[in-house]
Amino acid sequence: MRTDLIIVIPEITLLTMACLVLLVDAFSKDPLHKITYWVTQLSLLLTLCALFYYSPDYSYIAFNGGFITDTMSVLLKGFICAITIIVFFYSYEYLKENELLKGEYFVLGLFAVLGMMIMTSAYHLLSIYLGLELLSLSLYAMVAMQRESTFATEAAIKYFVLGALASGMLLYGISMIYGVTGSLQLTEITEAINSGVVDRMYLVYGMVFLIVGIAFKLGAAPFHMWVPDVYQGAPTSVTLFISSAPKLAGFAMAVRILVDGLFPLVDDWQAILSVLAVLSMAIGNIIAIAQTNIKRMLAYSTIAHVGYLFLGLIAGTASGFAGSMFYIISYALMSMGTFGMIILLGRYDLEAEKLDDFKGLSIRNSWFAFIMLCLMFSMAGVPPFLGFWSKWFVLKELVASGFIELAVVAVFFSIIGVYYYLRIIKLMYFDQPDTMSAIKASQQMRAVLTINGLLILLIGLAPNSLMRICLTAFSG
Amino acid sequence: MTQIIFYIFGAMLLLSATMVVVIKNPIHAALFLVLSFFSSAAVWLLLNAEFLAIALVLVYVGAVMVLFLFVVMMLDINLATLREGFARYFPLGIIIALLMVIAMGMVVGSDYFASDTYKQISISATQSNTKLLGLAIYTDYLYQFEIAGAILLVAIIAAISLSMSKSKITKSTHPNEQVLAKKEDRLRVVKMKSEEKKG
Repeated sequence: MRTDLIIVIPEITLLTMACLVLLVDAFSKDPLHKITYWVTQLSLLLTLCALFYYSPDYSYIAFNGGFITDTMSVLLKGFICAITIIVFFYSYEYLKENELLKGEYFVLGLFAVLGMMIMTSAYHLLSIYLGLELLSLSLYAMVAMQRESTFATEAAIKYFVLGALASGMLLYGISMIYGVTGSLQLTEITEAINSGVVDRMYLVYGMVFLIVGIAFKLGAAPFHMWVPDVYQGAPTSVTLFISSAPKLAGFAMAVRILVDGLFPLVDDWQAILSVLAVLSMAIGNIIAIAQTNIKRMLAYSTIAHVGYLFLGLIAGTASGFAGSMFYIISYALMSMGTFGMIILLGRYDLEAEKLDDFKGLSIRNSWFAFIMLCLMFSMAGVPPFLGFWSKWFVLKELVASGFIELAVVAVFFSIIGVYYYLRIIKLMYFDQPDTMSAIKASQQMRAVLTINGLLILLIGLAPNSLMRICLTAFSG
Repeated sequence: MTQIIFYIFGAMLLLSATMVVVIKNPIHAALFLVLSFFSSAAVWLLLNAEFLAIALVLVYVGAVMVLFLFVVMMLDINLATLREGFARYFPLGIIIALLMVIAMGMVVGSDYFASDTYKQISISATQSNTKLLGLAIYTDYLYQFEIAGAILLVAIIAAISLSMSKSKITKSTHPNEQVLAKKEDRLRVVKMKSEEKKG
């Protein structure tokens, strides 16, 4: 029991600090919530320290099979915390500028991070479900936080209703799996399947519902309906949050359920995921072309990216999973940067959410036009940027596992996708700006966004360093 | 005997659950939902899960549904808009529902679940259900129990932060401001010429 408690010190730290932030915010009278913000960032840093100090370098299962700490969970949790620190930084700038600042934003954000960490380390279907609910509940409230906006309220209701439906599906799948294997613990499920007493049909029936739940939470087609509305309707700071760290947790959930739990059924889930992947890539890339709102366009681009993420899982090998992990981490970095750009260009009451707002950016500010160019090229998958390597690793593993047709389809759709990313670059470099107003953002904002953009270029120049880290997660 | 009771409550559950979806009046729908909770509680009682049955009645019927009824009665629900998309989505909905029923029937209705491979977990009527559940929750499922606590905390924070807003859209009155208001704040004395009588 004592080791069990030591293993979860990062989670305990975060929970305690989240409660502390709640109290600090209740007693502080600062309208800018400065103390709340700094304590929030401090709690994420402390969690990060606890994570690397208390995590063993072997995998350990605690709490009666409910919790696991292994290389993958430690790495993903580290990335989740680090990404959230930057997300909160952008969010704070945005909320301050738009007078939406509320202390609860940070408290709920911290609880969302706790939910993600629980999902990443869950080794029991019940822990997975509870972690997911903790994350989703916080996100629903964060989307609804802008009470005056009808768009935000509508987005929150849509997200909540469809999210509840997906949770119901997931629970139904869990109950079926429990019904036939007699356990909710992932290793016991694998053992029960391997023992061969359970008929495959019942397992696949339960698994289909689990996959529906995963696909919904990640936003894969045909369960993508909520993504565009939520991305567009939510305040940009929340969209930024939803599109970054929770995707990592969603990936972890998929790996836990499909790889750690249901790996004996790999042939079945490969087939289902292939359909989801092709649909996501098609719908995401084609419908994105018709969008004039950049947040909506990025929503469709997310759907397409989730399709590529699935490709690595379909490969079904350790290096394929590592490729997927590389993909989702680099996606989170890119999406964070792009939404950061939207925040940078926006001003009070005038959000830069139309594609036309990017017109002639190179004349208005050539440096940030260049950063946006890096982000867009990376999203499109142009070498040497990070996005190229993430597609490269995933497709390489896919071909190595013999899914050549699927890889060809993926490349085809990614070529279609290049169009709408290049359109933004064309708007920035070849069109005349509508306004010449200077970008008014703080020095820190400019600095962090610059680092974010250059990171994409730098990791793109040395992709193997990140890939090596991802590979260690699945080598055990 | 148990089987007859099971079928009665099972039929009642199915019927009331269907009525919740089909019926037009939202109040009646909510009351049917109460009935469906009651029937499922009865089914649980048959399985010797008395704690869960009582919790369902107390929590859902006693608290949640009463709140729900209040909300339905306080809101002015326009039935016409609720029904709007019904005819349009009905055919698609029915096809999907039928497909699901067939798939479920194939799996759940097969011999597999009827066979002896999965016997009902035997709990004797003498053992205290609450005690067994408590033991499991506070030992084996401690971690999950703690997470559930965190989820409840988030629910409170979310509910308060969404409903207690100081923005313009809430129509709450501030007694303090009302008391402090002076005549000059409310009343404007306008000087104007007196009108002359015509004719």
